[in-house]
Amino acid sequence: MTVLKITALTQYFSGLCALDNFNVELRAGELVGLIGPNGAGKTTVFNLVSGFYRPTSGEINFLGRSLVGLKPHQVTIHGVARTFQNIRLWNEMTVMDNIRLAHHGNLQYNLRDLFFRTRRYAEREKEIYQRAWHLLEVFNLADHAEEKPKNLPYGMQRKVEIVRALSSEPKLLLLDEPAAGLTSKDTVELIELIKWIHRHFETTIWMIEHQMKVVMSLCSRITVIDFGKTIAEGTPEEIRNHPEVIRAYLGDDQI
Amino acid sequence: MKQKLAVPVLLFALLAVVMTLVQFEVIDLYIQTIILFIGINIIISSSLNLVNGHMGEFSCGHAGFIAVGAYVSSVLSVALFAQDRIFGAPLLPPQYTVYAFPVILVIGGLAAAFAGLLVALPSFRTRGDYLAIITIAANYIIITVIINIDKIGGARGFMGMKRVVFAMEDTAAIPWMVLWVFLFTILSIIAIRRFVSSTYGKGIIAIQQDEVAAEIMSVNTNKMKLIAFMLSSGLAGIAGGLYAHVIGYVNPKSFDILKSTEALVMVYLGGMGSITGSILSAVLFTLLLELLRPLQIIKWIVIPLLLIILMQFRPEGIMGNRELVDIFPKLKKFYRFK
Repeated sequence: MTVLKITALTQYFSGLCALDNFNVELRAGELVGLIGPNGAGKTTVFNLVSGFYRPTSGEINFLGRSLVGLKPHQVTIHGVARTFQNIRLWNEMTVMDNIRLAHHGNLQYNLRDLFFRTRRYAEREKEIYQRAWHLLEVFNLADHAEEKPKNLPYGMQRKVEIVRALSSEPKLLLLDEPAAGLTSKDTVELIELIKWIHRHFETTIWMIEHQMKVVMSLCSRITVIDFGKTIAEGTPEEIRNHPEVIRAYLGDDQI
Repeated sequence: MKQKLAVPVLLFALLAVVMTLVQFEVIDLYIQTIILFIGINIIISSSLNLVNGHMGEFSCGHAGFIAVGAYVSSVLSVALFAQDRIFGAPLLPPQYTVYAFPVILVIGGLAAAFAGLLVALPSFRTRGDYLAIITIAANYIIITVIINIDKIGGARGFMGMKRVVFAMEDTAAIPWMVLWVFLFTILSIIAIRRFVSSTYGKGIIAIQQDEVAAEIMSVNTNKMKLIAFMLSSGLAGIAGGLYAHVIGYVNPKSFDILKSTEALVMVYLGGMGSITGSILSAVLFTLLLELLRPLQIIKWIVIPLLLIILMQFRPEGIMGNRELVDIFPKLKKFYRFK
């Protein structure tokens, strides 16, 4: 089953072509990579899918529904969650509250329930709390539930951000350079974490990554873009030996 | 369970003591007015804190919404319950006043919330400094509109609310305004507390800390901003209605930028995003204003000076963004901060 199908996606920023005729198809349960040199337009693709930009042209189809024109919070409610290259947790809130807030788009109670503390409110808040708590336990973060993210080590902040994205129960998880800024030890743990998530959660994962080690050991398929253009597509083996990819990463005169 | 009742019992005792003291004229009208002002200022500071503290936007025109609430509820109550030069004979018999008054206050609050919506709709497309400028402009527009409506007294002000209060006291001889101010202060605090402690209301705290992250984690940031702003201005409107009926006279001049500044000072003195901080600072600030009254005009040198000193040595305000229970965890026994 196709989860995400992007066709002819193009994005111009006042004349500058950031992304040109980008196509991709993600099937349910896949773990797919998106790589490319700096400034290639990788994050632009994610920003387009998650609704921060409206594409100049092209189509983004998610589970049979177009995402073009939706606001980021609506995209999330439809089942696409994401993390950021630079961690964007709410630093003055506890880890618990960070996780709980992912249910904001699906609260099922209204302002009247909130102010009068009706049974519906109490039940729903309790349910959200329990789900968040369960998720924290699964990821061994329960001990840090009442801590503020800014006081946690960097690798753990990364983990909290991924858990927060997962807690909205997404069908598609976008990871924007999850290994950025991690030590090599943390990176190994992250690879295991993503493998574990991929096995245990019913979610398709699409990740941007710079470190070849991470992409090669995780992804079944990889798309490579450079200057907004797709230059290669295929399995890690194919990508590793693709002349265009080598040229993009190492430069022309190396060949 | 017994300990959970401590706060309601204490509050009820406080209300009973104050009402008894006022009833038997142990404390004079001046002290009584100060006590009522403390309550009103608590509503003003904690409601502004919702936007400026919890949500992290910068609204500078809070007095405009206080004015809307004050005028709407005053005109309503005078038209319904008092003999007036413009509105003529009262429309309803005086014994209904007691029941109608809280409704009138709430209508004043709704009118202010609507005014808040009108201001927020265009202004939340911008951020930071721009919102500050727009809200100041809105404050001036509201005052100018009031000045130019001759029917409600224009620049001369509007009065007659005392007669409404007397009508209540004729029905039952108790200090009604003490009761109303107390009741609405408590209700406002409960409303704000329930809002910001719910997963829904925490959305505005998420906006304050990282708006992009809030939007991507399914918070409808535009809608949340509107709702928080309307709640804030609505409560300000209720505070305005109470103020008008305590004084018995409203004048557009008393809702100008100086009043908005007072509200801002209380928020920053208490600490951004701290409800207990806002309560504490409203009490301190009201008392300070009265204590320094003998200094007359010099007061307005001393108070800003104190503010400068505060910003120098404790820029996060008295409480920072913490609540009282964060500092004294033992208090948790007596009330849950939810």
